[in-house]
Amino acid sequence: MGLSLPTAPRGEAGFFTTKLDVVVNWARQNSLWPMPFGTACCAIEMMASAASKYDLSRFGMERMSFSPRQADLLICAGRVAYKMAPVLRRIWDQMMQPKWSISMGACASSGGVFDAYSMVQGIDTIIPVDVYVPGCPPRPEALLEGLMRLQDKIKNATIAKDRWQTAKRQALAGATP
Amino acid sequence: VEGLAPEHIADILTDTFGEKIQGTVLDSAHPHVRVRPDAWPEVAKFLRGDPRMKFNMLRCISSVDQLEDDRFEAVYDLDCMLGETNGPKNWSRPQNVSIKISVPRSDPHIPSVADVWPAADWHEREAYDLMGIVFDGHPDSVDTPEGKRPRRILCPDDWEGHPLRKDYAFPMEYHGIPAVTEYGQTRPVH
Repeated sequence: MGLSLPTAPRGEAGFFTTKLDVVVNWARQNSLWPMPFGTACCAIEMMASAASKYDLSRFGMERMSFSPRQADLLICAGRVAYKMAPVLRRIWDQMMQPKWSISMGACASSGGVFDAYSMVQGIDTIIPVDVYVPGCPPRPEALLEGLMRLQDKIKNATIAKDRWQTAKRQALAGATP
Repeated sequence: VEGLAPEHIADILTDTFGEKIQGTVLDSAHPHVRVRPDAWPEVAKFLRGDPRMKFNMLRCISSVDQLEDDRFEAVYDLDCMLGETNGPKNWSRPQNVSIKISVPRSDPHIPSVADVWPAADWHEREAYDLMGIVFDGHPDSVDTPEGKRPRRILCPDDWEGHPLRKDYAFPMEYHGIPAVTEYGQTRPVH
C-alpha cells in the first residue's frame, strides 16, 4: 500500500521514542541506593525491610550503601541528638546529586516523645526531607510505602525542574557546595 | 562470707576520722555516712584500702539537686566484692556502704576520687556534665574561663549549662537548629 515501517533486521534490537525525562526518572527511581542512617529502633525495622521477607531489593535497592558518596537516598531511621546533628548534616552534604531523603519514624520527623533539651525536633531542621514515614517505629510495610511514594515523586519530576528545585533548596538551606 | 553491718562500718569511720564525718543515717532505706568534702580523698583511700573495709567497687555516683536547701549532693554507692573467677570461692558481696557529700550550690566543688576507683572517672564526668558538680583534680579535665573542669561526657563539648539542674532553662536554639520544647514552634522551610 506504499506504507513501509522501519523494521529491525532479524536478530537486532528495535527502538522506540520517548521523553528524556521518562528514561532518566525510570532509571533513577528503580536504582535508589540507600544510605542507612540508623540511630535507634527504627533501624531494626529498616533492617527487616531489607531482609528476605520484605525484600527491599524488589525496588532496586539491594545495595545498602554505607558510604554517602555512593548513595542517593538518605534514610534517617531514629532519633537524632544535637551532638549527632553535625554528623547527619555532613553525610547529607557528602552525598552526590541527585539525592533524596526519607525521615523514618516519629523521632526523625518531629522529635517524637523526646521533647527534651538534647534532641533535634525533626531532622527537617537540619536537612531537606522528601518523605516522612510516620510510626513508632513504622512497620516495614510503611517504609516500603514511603519508598514507593518517593518513587512517584521521582517519576513526576523533570530534569529542568529538578535542577531549579535543587538550586532553590540549596539557597534556602544556605548550603555550601 | 559475713560482712560488717552498716552500724559497724559507721562506727569505724566515726572513730577513725572524728570531725571529718558529718553524721550517719542508719534508720533509712538507704543507710549512709556523710563526709566533709575536703576529707573525701582521705576517707576514700581508707574505704578502699583498710582490711576491714575493702570497698573495691564503686557502683554509682548519683547527683542530687536540693534546690530548696541551695545544695548539691553527691551519693557514692560502694560495694565490697570478694571472690574469684574460675576459683573455689564464688563471688559475693559481704558489705556495702553509701557515702553522701553535700556542697553549696553556689560553689559545688568535690575532690575527685578517680585515682581511688577508676569507675569514678566517667561517673564524675557525667555528674559534672548534667548537674555541674565540679570534681577537682579529675584526670580528664579541660581548661575553661572558670578554671579546670571535667570534660563533658554526654552533651556536646560546647553545651551551655547543666541540664538536670532543677532551675535549668531549656535552650531555644543550638547552632542555628531550633530547639523546641513546646508545640507551635515554626520550622525553616526547605
